[in-house]
Amino acid sequence: MSARIIEILINSFWDLLLAGIKVTIPLTVISFSIGLVIALFTALVQTAKIPVLKSLARFYVWIIRGTPMMVQLFVVYFGLPSIGILLPAFTSAVLVFSLSVGAYCSETVRAALESVPYGQIEAGYCVGMNYWQIMFRIIIPQALRTAFPPLSNSLIGLVKDTSLAYNVAIVEIMATAQRIASRTYDYFWLYIEAAFIYLIFCTVLQWLQRHFEAKLETKR
Amino acid sequence: MLEIKNIYKSFGDLEVLKGVNLTVNKGDVIAILGPSGSGKTTLLRCINFLERADSGTMVFDNDTYDMHSATSKQIAAIRKRTGFVFQNYNLFANKTALGNVTEGLIVARKMKKAQAEEIGKKALDKVGLSDRYDYYPSQLSGGQQQRVAIARAVAANPEVILFDEPTSALDPELIGEVLSVMRDLASEGMTMLVVTHEINFARNVSNQVIFMENGVIVEQNDSKTFFENPREERVKTFIQNISRE
Repeated sequence: MSARIIEILINSFWDLLLAGIKVTIPLTVISFSIGLVIALFTALVQTAKIPVLKSLARFYVWIIRGTPMMVQLFVVYFGLPSIGILLPAFTSAVLVFSLSVGAYCSETVRAALESVPYGQIEAGYCVGMNYWQIMFRIIIPQALRTAFPPLSNSLIGLVKDTSLAYNVAIVEIMATAQRIASRTYDYFWLYIEAAFIYLIFCTVLQWLQRHFEAKLETKR
Repeated sequence: MLEIKNIYKSFGDLEVLKGVNLTVNKGDVIAILGPSGSGKTTLLRCINFLERADSGTMVFDNDTYDMHSATSKQIAAIRKRTGFVFQNYNLFANKTALGNVTEGLIVARKMKKAQAEEIGKKALDKVGLSDRYDYYPSQLSGGQQQRVAIARAVAANPEVILFDEPTSALDPELIGEVLSVMRDLASEGMTMLVVTHEINFARNVSNQVIFMENGVIVEQNDSKTFFENPREERVKTFIQNISRE
């Protein structure tokens, strides 16, 4: 590694990190938060066996899980304008990522809801609670604890999936690396550096996951 | 106080209850005995609408309910007047012992938290768990968990408590502590319907014994007569079999 490359890497490091902090992290946090709400709703209407909504939920999960996220992103950003719907790049990405998180995580949440012994629902009925009171006060808190590790998995996955946003002209980590590399021709080193930035973010998340898991464990 | 008339229940082709009649008077402690699969548990679950009977009538004081088509409002009213204790305790795993007892009071009965906690602590004291308010179910033994479950049922001040094999999931050494709590309840005049395999409880604590087999009540008698001078051949055989141990 020559001194020139080291200098480029040091100079570009802050650009990449800043792109991560200003674009990748907000994109991830917003998409994941919306996605979790969608996931909980999608899982609940299936667990509660609400007619129509339950079928719609299955249909949604089927479509999202059965098509590539890249294709979905292109449909929303490049396709929708042809029928008059023009969404900004960032909004398009948030829409696609949220729907994806919602579909995948709904299966996680659904399994976690079903893992809570049914006897606790019956016990809730016996002390006079109704279905939704039992769900929100007894079942969901326990299910989220069970779902925490696989949901963390999805969050970590999403951090890396946001690099797809590069394709719709969002200047996140990947696009920043690409731009610098096209000027200096050090593709190899800049892509390695981009990978390193993702690694830092994901390492922090994994550390946080372990920290909160330990906390959840002591609370039961 | 509580009367069940002609209750029928099938699971698919399997007829579990074939026209059971039952009268419970205030202060009765009724033990329901019988071999596995005789319909004891199903009978108890139908009374609390955890299972929906195919047909049958329930008369609770002056209110009459159709056991097949009761509305959810009626069911809520019945559940308010009854308590249920499960074989597997079914405590809320995310709540402490005290939380388990107060949850229904606060959420379903809209009681103030402070008042609910006062009642909850009293109920836990009563079952001998005054030093376990803040323990989670996973930190309690089976016997302690079942006593929390009994406290949860008692706290709601029900008119009758239904017990579904309350000691069947317990280590032999822990059965005593649960039975003694139930004995105390009985001596305070609580009306209890107890599905059980504990012959001594049926003999010494209950005033009535019911023997069920194949979805019908074979014999109902006061407990002394039931054990000393039963009417039915089937019950005589049963008592011979259990006294041979």
